[in-house]
Amino acid sequence: MTTLSISTLSAGYHGRLVLRGVSLDVRAGEVVALVGPNGAGKSTLVRAVSGIVPIGGGSIRLDGMDLLRLRSAERARLIAVVPQAVHLPEAFSVAEIVMMGRTPYLPLWGGEGKRDCAAAWEAMRRTAVEALAERRVDELSGGERQRAVIARALAQEPRVLLLDEATAHLDLKHQVAVLELVQSLAHAHGLAVLATLHDLNHAALYADRVALLAGGELRAVGAPADVLTATHLSAAYDLPVSVIPHPTYGTPLVLPDGRG
Amino acid sequence: MPEEVFRPRRMTRALFGLCLAALLFAVLLGVSVGAVSIPVTTVAHLLLARLSPLPATPNYPETFTTILFDIRLPRVALMGLTGAALAAAGATYQGLFRNPLADPYLVGVASGAGLGATIILSFGFPAAGLGLMAVPAGAFLGGAGTVGLVVIMSRVGRTTPVTTLLLAGVAAGSFVTAITTFWMLRSPDGLRRAFSWLLGGYAGGGWQPVWIVLPYLIAGLIVLQLNARALNVLQLDEEQAKQLGLNVERLKLVLVGAATLMTAAAVSFGGLIGFVGLVVPHSLRMLGGPDYRRLIPLSALGGAAFLILADLIARTALAPQELPVGVITALAGAPFFIFILRRLKRSVF
Repeated sequence: MTTLSISTLSAGYHGRLVLRGVSLDVRAGEVVALVGPNGAGKSTLVRAVSGIVPIGGGSIRLDGMDLLRLRSAERARLIAVVPQAVHLPEAFSVAEIVMMGRTPYLPLWGGEGKRDCAAAWEAMRRTAVEALAERRVDELSGGERQRAVIARALAQEPRVLLLDEATAHLDLKHQVAVLELVQSLAHAHGLAVLATLHDLNHAALYADRVALLAGGELRAVGAPADVLTATHLSAAYDLPVSVIPHPTYGTPLVLPDGRG
Repeated sequence: MPEEVFRPRRMTRALFGLCLAALLFAVLLGVSVGAVSIPVTTVAHLLLARLSPLPATPNYPETFTTILFDIRLPRVALMGLTGAALAAAGATYQGLFRNPLADPYLVGVASGAGLGATIILSFGFPAAGLGLMAVPAGAFLGGAGTVGLVVIMSRVGRTTPVTTLLLAGVAAGSFVTAITTFWMLRSPDGLRRAFSWLLGGYAGGGWQPVWIVLPYLIAGLIVLQLNARALNVLQLDEEQAKQLGLNVERLKLVLVGAATLMTAAAVSFGGLIGFVGLVVPHSLRMLGGPDYRRLIPLSALGGAAFLILADLIARTALAPQELPVGVITALAGAPFFIFILRRLKRSVF
């Protein structure tokens, strides 16, 4: 079974360490939500795993294979990223954007083959953007854009999907739609999903496990009910919070108490 | 049908046909019109006779053959190569910098070539034999060398951020242009010749310039075409391109290198011809979409046709006086460009 295994990872920018000794496993078929205050190092962790930020120490392995030693195209066949506030070139069509997900498979010379078309189409089908295939991306709504970007990530046929605040710019309905899609990709198709989320209640509802990051260190990992507690969260966010059971599901529901 | 969706847009095949037809038209017109007019049918006969192994039909005046093969055809060929190089390099730079205002001269080719040519001209080589090649050689070295320095100066660690590259290019351009001005004023004799080179280049050099520029154009176009899909992916942003497995740093250097060598070779004989690298790729982008795998070859064809026709106007409008071809490209290109921009009214980038 595929496991993304991050161990004692340190990483940062210009000599300043943002992550210190972070160890975290993400298994195939599960969604792990990465939560924590601004500046905790959530995005840095995603960017370190995807090879954007050079790491200072520790290791990142996939089934024992050292990801840091792979060439970038080899890594991109295993790990796909749905970034925050994605920039898409306006004049390209959805089909063209999704096909860009095949980049790590394509040789320098020669076009996309049947295999690539099939993979891109399957990715579009799973994210329900087939009907938008020939539309320009600047004609899409926020939710449609995000689904197209997820389709591009799926076209990479990855084993690990990383999401960096992938719902941040969407309204509530589209946030839920994207989270449900991501959850089904993990549960039904066996992807290992690591998603940074701002909304703790979304983490409680859609993640199988939650990792709480603060000050560049992992404070707690485990089932949502074990991590999203008033004690953990108040300390991590430096803000008193109350946690009550969700009226329908019984999962943790986090409410800030304010400073008053 | 899934595969249908991923096919190139229907427009592009028609557009290739259109560009090829335009190029053929431009070549035929370009070689037949001038101080001595050669009918197009005669041109066709002479060309076919030259290409076929049969002995030539000697029914035409000897001067036609001389004008066609020794004067007009090499000039048309050089203009075609220059236009193709500038338009393809312009399309590449617009993609690389993700900036619609980028043209082939953005990072210092033009100012560097100007300095190289000016320095060589101030030595007063005779305008014949080896001297004829010295100015283009100086322009080429100046242009390619300046861009090389700009790239080295804009390295940050192991990366070359495009904004740094752009700013370093602008700064180096001003610096090098200042040296050129200083050099020109120091040697008043070189001033006029340098000026005329900057505006019009050397169009009358026979076949030799064609054979010199051709390999740069072919090699450059092959390199650009090989990296065109990667250039599409780079239209996301650099971080997404890296996450899709592209070696972004190498890609940027390869693209700048290829576009620069093509531009430097073209400029060294053609002079600094403006607007081709801007108007041609943008017009074709508006018609055929943003995919660089088609935009780059389309731009090469379109640029060749455009510059051949501009050169035709430049040498016939005020005949016997010749206008610098850059004047025509700007006069014809700018209004046409604005016309298309207003028709389209949405982003094509």
